[in-house]
Amino acid sequence: MEEIEAIGLTKRYGRLTAVDHVSFKVKKGEIFGFLGPNGAGKTTTMRMLTGIIKPDEGSAFVGGYDVVKENLKAKQARGVVPDTSNAYVDISAWQNLLLTGDLYGLPRKLTEERAERLLRRFGLYEKRGQAVKGYSRGMKQRLILCMALVSQPPILFLDEPTSGLDVESSRLIKDIIREVNREGTTVFLTTHNMEEANQLCGRIAIIRSGKIVAVDSPEKLKTRRREVQSIEDRFDRIVDFNGISLDGVTRVARAGDKLRLYTGDPDHTIKQLVGYAKENGLRIVSLSLLSPSLEDVFVELTGGKK
Amino acid sequence: MTLMEQLRRSFAIARKDMMIYYMKGPVITFGLIFPFFLIVAYTLGRNVPAKELYPGLMGMTVFFTATSVGPAILPWEVRSQTFERLVSMPIALWAMLFGDMQASFYFGLAISILTALIAPLIGVSILDVLLFGLALLLSALCFAALGVLLSAYPPTDTPGNTMMLASLVKFPLVFISGVFLPLGQMPYWGRVIAYFSPLTYYTDLVRYATGEASYFPAMASLAMLAVFTVIFMAAAVIIHEKVLTQRLS
Repeated sequence: MEEIEAIGLTKRYGRLTAVDHVSFKVKKGEIFGFLGPNGAGKTTTMRMLTGIIKPDEGSAFVGGYDVVKENLKAKQARGVVPDTSNAYVDISAWQNLLLTGDLYGLPRKLTEERAERLLRRFGLYEKRGQAVKGYSRGMKQRLILCMALVSQPPILFLDEPTSGLDVESSRLIKDIIREVNREGTTVFLTTHNMEEANQLCGRIAIIRSGKIVAVDSPEKLKTRRREVQSIEDRFDRIVDFNGISLDGVTRVARAGDKLRLYTGDPDHTIKQLVGYAKENGLRIVSLSLLSPSLEDVFVELTGGKK
Repeated sequence: MTLMEQLRRSFAIARKDMMIYYMKGPVITFGLIFPFFLIVAYTLGRNVPAKELYPGLMGMTVFFTATSVGPAILPWEVRSQTFERLVSMPIALWAMLFGDMQASFYFGLAISILTALIAPLIGVSILDVLLFGLALLLSALCFAALGVLLSAYPPTDTPGNTMMLASLVKFPLVFISGVFLPLGQMPYWGRVIAYFSPLTYYTDLVRYATGEASYFPAMASLAMLAVFTVIFMAAAVIIHEKVLTQRLS
């Protein structure tokens, strides 16, 4: 069953098409990553999915509710940590959480119970009565996540939740994301951080210039981009590969005392290297196949190599 | 989601506004200090009986206080990056704006009640307390709706700019609404303009409630205040809705 579904979502600002017919589905219980360079359309897509702005074309469903026609029901079904968002800094963390509970229509007692539990879990309980303006950036971000979780939503949207945070806060937030996901919450996460996406997400969509260029699991995305796979090889003496042609090798680069050969067909390249070593009396000291990192795939798909 | 549910959520917005915005500089300046000195300038040194000054005094108090909170809230929310949070919550835009309107209303009402209490001290008798109270409630609501409407355009994130622009609308209204001169003493063209100001109907109602000669029948003034409230609120919702994307970008 799909918890989030985008069908041909499109948003234009004047002559600029910020999001261009974006479609994808997020299954219940998934952590779905939404990756793209700055200005690719991540935040605009998330704002349409969270019902903050209306799409010019297409439709989207969150928790089975149409985000335009059943806007309030869709909003009620999810928590959100927006990109450009803050807690109210003139009031305390406690008051911010009570306000959020009230806006989700929760009974006051239930909000208080959840607020206390969340503030303790996020290490903010001791400072719950202090005005948020005295909080560090990490503490504010933890509070914003508390506010998103106080309604115990089945779906959680997070826009760059760990951006610019210290290691401790970042790790805590990632742990909480995993925790709520284990408890059944579907998570939609936009991030710039490849490592974070790799660690957290079951599937990833990559957006470039408003269009989806790939949707798959991180591992499958890596293997799909075979042309960015490489073989790192070291012989017992230095070999100059200039002028030697190896089928399927797109690029040869020296990496310290090793050679790195980029290939779309590692099996064939390894066989050629073994043959070459045998013919020339070389001893292979080390030979390793390097999978592309998610970052390599991202750069490749978003045109960063240009 | 029921209407009652949305109204309850709008009260949560009003509570938040009361905690945060009542003590903000622009609200104090434009809602209390500015009108206070205007009222002082209006009353001091004029050889006019207090009974004749009182409707203008009440008119200015309700008008300036009830329109002072509304224009400050939205630009402040945008600037402090809390607006997107609010828009992402399961509360309808009209309920959110109604919450802001309530905060403005309570502020105007509280200060105006204090001003109303000075009536016996300056020898003014309120002969129709029920009408006086009803007029106060309705006018505070109407001016609060006007305040929220004034925050709609332009969609700026600088509260000072909105307050200044709101003053450009508010000050001329004071001069055309029978505050300084009863409607009956105004030239014809002045009276025609005055019909388009809700403040006209409130000051006229106060005149009626304090035993002075009123220009309109009391029920007509109450009805006009109600009509203006609905128009301001509807216009506020429509314009805020239109500029929402602009505010977020």
